Amino acid sequence: MAEAEVKLLGTWSSPFVLRIKWALKLKGVEYDFIEEDLQNKSPLLLKYNPVHKKVPVLVHDGKSIAESYVILEYIDETWKENPILPEDPYQRAMARFWSKFGDEKFLPSMWKFFISQGEKREEALVSASENLKILEGELKGKKFFNGETLGFADISLGWIVDTVSLLEEIMELKMIDEQRYPSLSAWMKNFSDFPGIKDSFPPQERMLTKYRTLREAYFATTRGTN
Amino acid sequence: MEGAPLKLHGMWASFYVHRVQLVLHLKGVEYEYVEEDLSNKSRALLLQNPVHKKVPVLLHGDRPIAESTIIIEYIDEFWREKPILPTDPYERAVVRFWCHFVDDTLRPSFGAILRSSAEGQGAAVDNFRQNLEFLEAELRDGFCKGRKFFGGERIGLLDIVMGCGLYWNSASEDVLGLKIIDQESFPFFTSWFESFNEAKEVKEVIPPTEKLVEYVKGLLQKMFN
Repeated sequence: MAEAEVKLLGTWSSPFVLRIKWALKLKGVEYDFIEEDLQNKSPLLLKYNPVHKKVPVLVHDGKSIAESYVILEYIDETWKENPILPEDPYQRAMARFWSKFGDEKFLPSMWKFFISQGEKREEALVSASENLKILEGELKGKKFFNGETLGFADISLGWIVDTVSLLEEIMELKMIDEQRYPSLSAWMKNFSDFPGIKDSFPPQERMLTKYRTLREAYFATTRGTN
Repeated sequence: MEGAPLKLHGMWASFYVHRVQLVLHLKGVEYEYVEEDLSNKSRALLLQNPVHKKVPVLLHGDRPIAESTIIIEYIDEFWREKPILPTDPYERAVVRFWCHFVDDTLRPSFGAILRSSAEGQGAAVDNFRQNLEFLEAELRDGFCKGRKFFGGERIGLLDIVMGCGLYWNSASEDVLGLKIIDQESFPFFTSWFESFNEAKEVKEVIPPTEKLVEYVKGLLQKMFN
């Protein structure tokens, strides 16, 4: 029988790709990482994700899977060690709910804050902070969103750990402080200390440059428009 | 949780609610339905779904679950007979991928047609049709080739996610005076949709299309005025 071959197409900075790396690492799955240049998409990427042409894409035994949640669920169903999702259907529903909240509500509110200026910046900050409070409320009393150990929702929300510190540095304000968000602050530490997650974040300096450039480019294109 | 009562908060014309109703019906699971007035949300709804304050919300005993696809996966995992999702992990991934596509790409591109200016409408329609072509291709010669439904012989998750809500298309075609999903361009999709609408469970659960179309046309007319 041919050895199972796992490839991950991604970029060094994508938080969605990082989720998949975490899941594969937690399960001890060996894989080839293929760095994609999104300004110059490879034939491989176009072949394996013709619909969206985005990363991450997981290729397993020649079959491709796209969309980070779909990949995470596939990984959990295919490699059974160290389950990412709990057994209980209700806990699974909660894990999926909070992952979705992170991507569909919290992430856009953070992005909006990141690209806002003046009065709009204040409004955006209020909105993002409300979402942070919701996450703080959900986490209360728990070490991880998954409970005692790291799981699906933690992996999905893990982008908060380095991205928020980046934004705090660029925007020059503290968003997640220990006083207002004790559970989230503790979670961020627990998450980054977890074996497999530790030292896995992309280089901070490189990310700072990337995000600063992104923000400047955004302001440049919207200058002169309302 | 065995034997705990099920309550579904919904709104009669919401296709997200129809999805959940259809799954419960396909599985033969009994539930109580609570109609919500979305302009005057019940205290119960606000308590059960404090984050989004939307329908559908499923209450199983005292446990609330929100978001239609999350509710459906919960139902499928709790009541394991007559599965809505396939068993093979790769097939499940394909189904989930297309469900995400319908909700995150296809439906928003349809919404863009409704919000487009007269000049932008052509491009918006083209974009939607290009997206729909992906599903047409799956039925024609892709993963679902030769199948009656996306799910095979029986209705599955993708059929439910795609099928519920297509009355928005009929209503929009009427109000805008243009054909968006035509049989010539989308023969397989059209045929699939006929099978979906003919399915016994769909007829039993989803309100009559004419009633839904009238409701949506009312909304659209308000939108355009």
